[in-house]
Amino acid sequence: MSGDTAIRTQGLTKYFGRFEAVSDLSLDVREGDVYGFLGANGSGKTTTVRMLLGLVLATSGEIEVLGRPMPRSGREVLPHVGSMIEGPAAYAHLSGRANLTLFDAMAPRSRRTGRKDRVEETLDRVGLGGVDERPVKNYSLGMRQRLGLAAALLRRPRLLVLDEPTNGLDPQGIRDIRALLLELNADGTTIFVSSHLLTEIEQLCTRVGVLDRGRMVVQEQLAVLRAPTGRILLGTPEPGAALAHLDRLGRSVEQHDDRRLAVRAPDAAQLNAELVRAGIGVDELSVERRSLEDVVLAATSGGNDTFARPSRDVQDAS
Amino acid sequence: MIRVELSKLLRSRRTWTTVLLIDALPTLVGVLLAVTDLGPRPGEGPAFLSAVLTDGTLFPLAALAIVLPLFLPIAVSVTAGEAIAGEAAAGTLRYVLVRPVGRLRLLVAKLVAAMAFVVLTVLVVAATAYVVGVTLLGDQSVQVVGSTSVSGTSLSTPELVGRTFLALGYAMLCMLGVAAIALFLSTVASSSLGAALGTMSIFVGSSLLLTLDASEAIRDYLPTRYWLAFVDLFRDPILWRDLQAGVILQGTYVAVFFAAAWANFATKDVTE
Repeated sequence: MSGDTAIRTQGLTKYFGRFEAVSDLSLDVREGDVYGFLGANGSGKTTTVRMLLGLVLATSGEIEVLGRPMPRSGREVLPHVGSMIEGPAAYAHLSGRANLTLFDAMAPRSRRTGRKDRVEETLDRVGLGGVDERPVKNYSLGMRQRLGLAAALLRRPRLLVLDEPTNGLDPQGIRDIRALLLELNADGTTIFVSSHLLTEIEQLCTRVGVLDRGRMVVQEQLAVLRAPTGRILLGTPEPGAALAHLDRLGRSVEQHDDRRLAVRAPDAAQLNAELVRAGIGVDELSVERRSLEDVVLAATSGGNDTFARPSRDVQDAS
Repeated sequence: MIRVELSKLLRSRRTWTTVLLIDALPTLVGVLLAVTDLGPRPGEGPAFLSAVLTDGTLFPLAALAIVLPLFLPIAVSVTAGEAIAGEAAAGTLRYVLVRPVGRLRLLVAKLVAAMAFVVLTVLVVAATAYVVGVTLLGDQSVQVVGSTSVSGTSLSTPELVGRTFLALGYAMLCMLGVAAIALFLSTVASSSLGAALGTMSIFVGSSLLLTLDASEAIRDYLPTRYWLAFVDLFRDPILWRDLQAGVILQGTYVAVFFAAAWANFATKDVTE
């Protein structure tokens, strides 16, 4: 059973002083998942990630990573975990190669043999194989991001924990990283990505958890969240005729503008056939799905970095 | 981890710049003495300096007495003060800890690296001073066996070498005390500058209190109280009292502040 679980938390809670950053959080990430951890800035994502890795100590609750309790078993667990937390960091006066070499040497029981090959191979993986010996302080933001990812991949981890991995990358870079992560996942690496970028999560992840003000509000398979709404969206050059025909057929048209209709119907192909048979052209047809954005906005309370002043009414009432 | 820290230390350009700058002062003193031939009278000025005009081989000790009260502790404060706070500010602390490097192991490695810096500096200073002393300053006793002790009697060369190494060891212990204080402050402060300045103010304050008659009651517990006691190694016979008290005092400072550093760091939330 424990072999199936990559990350599991129960009742995870963290207070900074009197501020409750994370509240009664129950994460469930299974091996092989690409898990998207969504939440607005300030919702507690990074605090959670830091607790998983033993950097921040939980106020209460339990954490299990790769089947072992954290932070107690950090020495056994962390060598199998690669991570990038709140942006990359490196020793600025050294080259990327020298940085990776140092990070490799820090790991417990790290062998000197093969270190050079490990470093070169990892640089190749993230697209920095040809980088020269310039110090990291002269790297661009994108190069630093790639180097940070290289440091995370150095030991071929079973679990990758990445906080905002595409921050600062250009579109090509984002695509490279996404391809790399999917390739790693296909090789069996479990990936836990936290992000506030919905589209990024939508394109990458198989499971999603949504955090709002320190609480988990949704945790589900992406496919389930993006279930069909039961409506078919269709476009037609003859909307008037289409409306009349659909009305005759007894189908309810729930929305329409110029030439697009949202029709409640179970089967897009059947709907298409009905219209075409009546001589009405259809030039667009798709099953409407809930977008991740709809799901998240419905489940959360708006931005977490705004702190609205309590309204006068509330104060008067109290 | 210790090896990683040492490699970082030796590869940093700042390390070597600091060593050279520290080395520059006693070298300048040596050159000035050689050119002017104006040594301080016995009992005045930095220890041993009056003797080096006749015997240049004593100049390493004189150089040590010059850098020990101020330059070396400042450099150690900066190096050890950066240990945790500097990594945290650069963002590398979190990546070091998830390698994983145990927190206690990291503290030990940082302290060892700070001591390696001291050893490196002391060796460079001593070596340069020896060259300066032998080539520029008095070489009267180089042919004669033995040198003069502070008490005026003669010391044989093996005796002198042995006592010199004891003196170096004692000076390093004093610097280990400084490093432990700086390391503790480095786990508390969020900037390495704060940790370094905090440490400096402790030993500057301690040196100031030592000059005050009113602080008689606490003077034996002040961290800098016995820093220059290594001079007593060159008396004949060796005056052990202050040296022993110094070793116990510095040992206590190291133990207390290292324990405090660990107690603070072991459960600290790393949020940088």
